[in-house]
Amino acid sequence: MINNPEFDERCLKTRKDILEIVRFGKRGHIASAFSMVEILVVLYDYILNVNPENPEWLERDRFILSKGHGCLGLYAILCDKGFFSSELWKGFCAFDGVLGGHPTMEKVPGVEASTGSLGHGLPIGVGLALAAKMDKRNSRTFVLLGDGECNEGSNWEAAMGASKNQLDNLVVLVDYNKQQAFGSTYEVCDLEPFADKWRAFGFETLEVDMVKEPYNLKTLLSGLPLAEDKPTAIICHTIKGMGAPFMEGNMDWHHKSKITDEEIEKVLLALED
Amino acid sequence: MAKENLDVVYVGSDVGIGTLKEFQEEMPDRYFVEGVAEAYVIGMAAGLAMSGKMPFVNTIATFLTRRCYDQIAIDVCMGNHDVRLYANGGGLVYAPLGPTHLATDDIALMRALPNMTVIVPADADEMERAVLASGQHKGPIYFRVARGGDPLVPQDDHDFKIGNANVLREPKEILFVAAGIMVHRAIEVADQLKSEGIQAGVINLHTIKPLDTKTLSCYLSTTPNVITLEEHSIIGGLGSAIAQLIAEGARHPQGLFRMMGIPDCFPGKYGRQGDLIKYFGLEVKNVLEVSRQMLSEQKVLTV
Repeated sequence: MINNPEFDERCLKTRKDILEIVRFGKRGHIASAFSMVEILVVLYDYILNVNPENPEWLERDRFILSKGHGCLGLYAILCDKGFFSSELWKGFCAFDGVLGGHPTMEKVPGVEASTGSLGHGLPIGVGLALAAKMDKRNSRTFVLLGDGECNEGSNWEAAMGASKNQLDNLVVLVDYNKQQAFGSTYEVCDLEPFADKWRAFGFETLEVDMVKEPYNLKTLLSGLPLAEDKPTAIICHTIKGMGAPFMEGNMDWHHKSKITDEEIEKVLLALED
Repeated sequence: MAKENLDVVYVGSDVGIGTLKEFQEEMPDRYFVEGVAEAYVIGMAAGLAMSGKMPFVNTIATFLTRRCYDQIAIDVCMGNHDVRLYANGGGLVYAPLGPTHLATDDIALMRALPNMTVIVPADADEMERAVLASGQHKGPIYFRVARGGDPLVPQDDHDFKIGNANVLREPKEILFVAAGIMVHRAIEVADQLKSEGIQAGVINLHTIKPLDTKTLSCYLSTTPNVITLEEHSIIGGLGSAIAQLIAEGARHPQGLFRMMGIPDCFPGKYGRQGDLIKYFGLEVKNVLEVSRQMLSEQKVLTV
């Protein structure tokens, strides 16, 4: 494992920010957000060409969080990048708040699609990537899917469309933590052979171990497109609840409400270990 | 339209070989046929619209509404994106193909979605006017497309505006509010009644949402007998929209109201569109019968 204290520090900060947001709403999909922190930090610190001063900038890269329930992570990183102030955290899941339990594009600067209903992000991503091709823009589109979300057939419809339209400006990232709401992905609806599926659908497909070598994702994404005229799929092997050992793989934390300050302190302590 | 507006994009699923052949030949970079994958097609169209395009999505009405309802609601309507849904075979058009292809609840489904505009043109010419008008419209539109070749409704060519109820005949004793192919039938009935000395009005309600409440309220509250005519379930369609207006107060003091449409059932018959229209009692003679019955009831009321 390549030691990268600076990167680790960024991920730790993002996880702590997630907990600060939870403090206000006292609920959320913390484990789902923790699972994808390394992916978000790689994307927003090194890869995405976005402008927090001008979120609507036409030439920007688009990032769609298709697993909308992971929005705590997205809110934390967007705030960190300056898309909005941490003042908005206070309204997390509140009546007048703009940061809901799933993200809405009309309300939150930097959110590219309203997600929460699974299986929507990739079809939209294909449309965004196709429009960029039509307009000869350099914008790239990144879509982060949950693994359980890949049960939805719409993803595979869109995957066919992406490869048919030769969208080498489209990147699918899968947060493969192998746990969905009811249990393990192997038990609920097995995705394996997962990488082969994406390959069969015409994607240039690679896998990254986000636990041992998260930084490899940066190296891979720095070389886009991985193949000419082909969309890219990167299966990111993660752990649900990553960073807080007692939460890792613990189904009680898929979605939690009435989270107490004591529980938040416990998670914070676990993160520091 | 596509030649003038470079943002117009055609997105088909897998219907009708030769559809818009000229478009395909002249503007191949804006012509997409994406397969039998409605959920994907709608999401993709939403993505195109988010990037400033105006996609026209063309497929069969039942699949365009039921199969991908979630995508239409969240991806298209929530963001009020400029996606046009072009629904072939609205109503009973695909009678021989059976209930999988009969769009008898499409208007109800689309009406229920915030931001959606629902247009049911009375004939092919009005369809053209509606599509051209849609170029200037902000937000999603559902076009219910009929079979084609239906008789043309005599009306002023220049008088099409999205959201306007089109009054074709001024009512006195009775008013028909109709959409789609039922408009022509309403006119036939009105002509027949006229020869019997009864002045029947006809409103072509090509836009079922947003409802032209101003025009409708005015006519509903001054006409004693009102019949709605639709090639759609009586649940949630044009009739329901008018019933709601009446219930909210737009009614004549002695007002009588009937909804004529398809009852709450899956049509268990095949045949042709006309056979099902007959089966459900939506022919001119049925409307005449209901009208006469209503007029005689009204006489009893007013005595």
